[in-house]
Amino acid sequence: MGDFAQAFQIAFNLLWSMDLELYSIVYLSLKVSISAVLISCAIGFVIGAALTVFRFPGRRFLLILFNALMGLPPVVVGLMVYMVLSRAGPLGVLGLLYTPTAMIVAQTVLITPLVAALSAQVLQELHLEYDEFFRSLQLSAREKLMALLWEGRFGLVTVGLAGFGRAISEVGAVMIVGGNINHMTRIMTTAIALETSKGTLALALALGIILIVISLLVNTSVALIRAKAREAIYA
Amino acid sequence: MLEQTNRTVKSTFARRCKPLQFEDVVLEINGITLIHQINCTLEASGKTVVLGPNGAGKSLFLRLMTGLMEPTNGSITGGLEEQEGALTSYQDNGAPCMSLVFQNPIMLRRTAYENIAFVLRHHRVPKLEIAGKVAAALSIARLETRAQVPARRLSGGEQQRLALARTLIINPHALLLDEPTASLDPLSTSIVEDMIEQADGMGTKIVFVTHDIKQAKRMADDILFIHEGRVLAHKSKRDFFKDPGSKQAQAYLDGRVLEK
Repeated sequence: MGDFAQAFQIAFNLLWSMDLELYSIVYLSLKVSISAVLISCAIGFVIGAALTVFRFPGRRFLLILFNALMGLPPVVVGLMVYMVLSRAGPLGVLGLLYTPTAMIVAQTVLITPLVAALSAQVLQELHLEYDEFFRSLQLSAREKLMALLWEGRFGLVTVGLAGFGRAISEVGAVMIVGGNINHMTRIMTTAIALETSKGTLALALALGIILIVISLLVNTSVALIRAKAREAIYA
Repeated sequence: MLEQTNRTVKSTFARRCKPLQFEDVVLEINGITLIHQINCTLEASGKTVVLGPNGAGKSLFLRLMTGLMEPTNGSITGGLEEQEGALTSYQDNGAPCMSLVFQNPIMLRRTAYENIAFVLRHHRVPKLEIAGKVAAALSIARLETRAQVPARRLSGGEQQRLALARTLIINPHALLLDEPTASLDPLSTSIVEDMIEQADGMGTKIVFVTHDIKQAKRMADDILFIHEGRVLAHKSKRDFFKDPGSKQAQAYLDGRVLEK
């Protein structure tokens, strides 16, 4: 019990003293996850809007598929991306394995289906509401798509934050493709796993506290955005 | 003088826009016939009021006219030029010939100003002209002071006036209105009627669904009575109120239960 208390004390000291190693891990985590979220949103929002606006054979199947892929196990994503990026894989020549770029790719693959499926849900409700109005204005499919994305902006920001929440807390995929290399590919979740297995709890605890704070900030942001949208009746 | 100017404008528009002809128009949904062989001609200008009980097919009639629904059989021709569905014709600026104002106004999740600007941007109106046009439209709808209010926070009457202003800004040749004053207070009703009269003065064809007999008497040039998907009467206002032409129309005017 005394060891745990000491670990907490060291953890708070690390946080308070702006420990360079600690914050370099936090910085890399944020860099990887924010990059992955931005790419996923760019792809996922368009997929979600396209699944809403366009009618084509297989559309329903794709909706079911993206919904199913929301629960994709991170280690399976890590394995697939590993196979693609490894020397024997099709993109092995790029030499990306065990780099932050590989981790961004893995997280992007992991959360793009989530972003696409959730944004499709947000946009489908809006599409029902606006379909006749847009048709009466003779909007092209592209114009409809752009208008829907703008009308659903508040909902889509919360979808992006949900994606960020999944990316920042994920450990399996980035561990496989990043390798958890010190000062290179070590991020918060992989560092927590390693430090705990080593029995050095202080750094793991400090990182855990930061993860919890980030999670709280994300959820607070979602609540504030929803409140603002409701206030303006934009939700 | 003004009357003469209006007549000139009207005749100019009338030349540009042909009468709208319904020929044997049938609409079936899931095997149920909702519109039965409608044959009628609506002149290219003036105000046509569509009367009929709930569920008669009045809204479907408007949707068929704008092309939002395709008839199962028959054809609708007219508008700017010969066409299969009315919405396939455009004005020079790409705006549709016909615009529909819905019973429940559909507001974008933007300010009142942006709701109108959206339509102008869609029709490629130059950026420098947008602010002036929006201000003029808001002024006609008496919403100048509400420009920066989120549209969905406006009252029902204000939303309907905004929807009408947003539609009129593209100068449609025909303005179709689906019970635009249902559940509005007298002031909003009066403003909406003024806006419709102004559009009529500019030569826009008005087709107007209402249940308000007094409003029909006030505003109509001709009246089309629909019952169970059939046009039972299409007459000038004076003729219709003198002799509705069917027992169903007479019962409707008398406020009695309509016979099947």
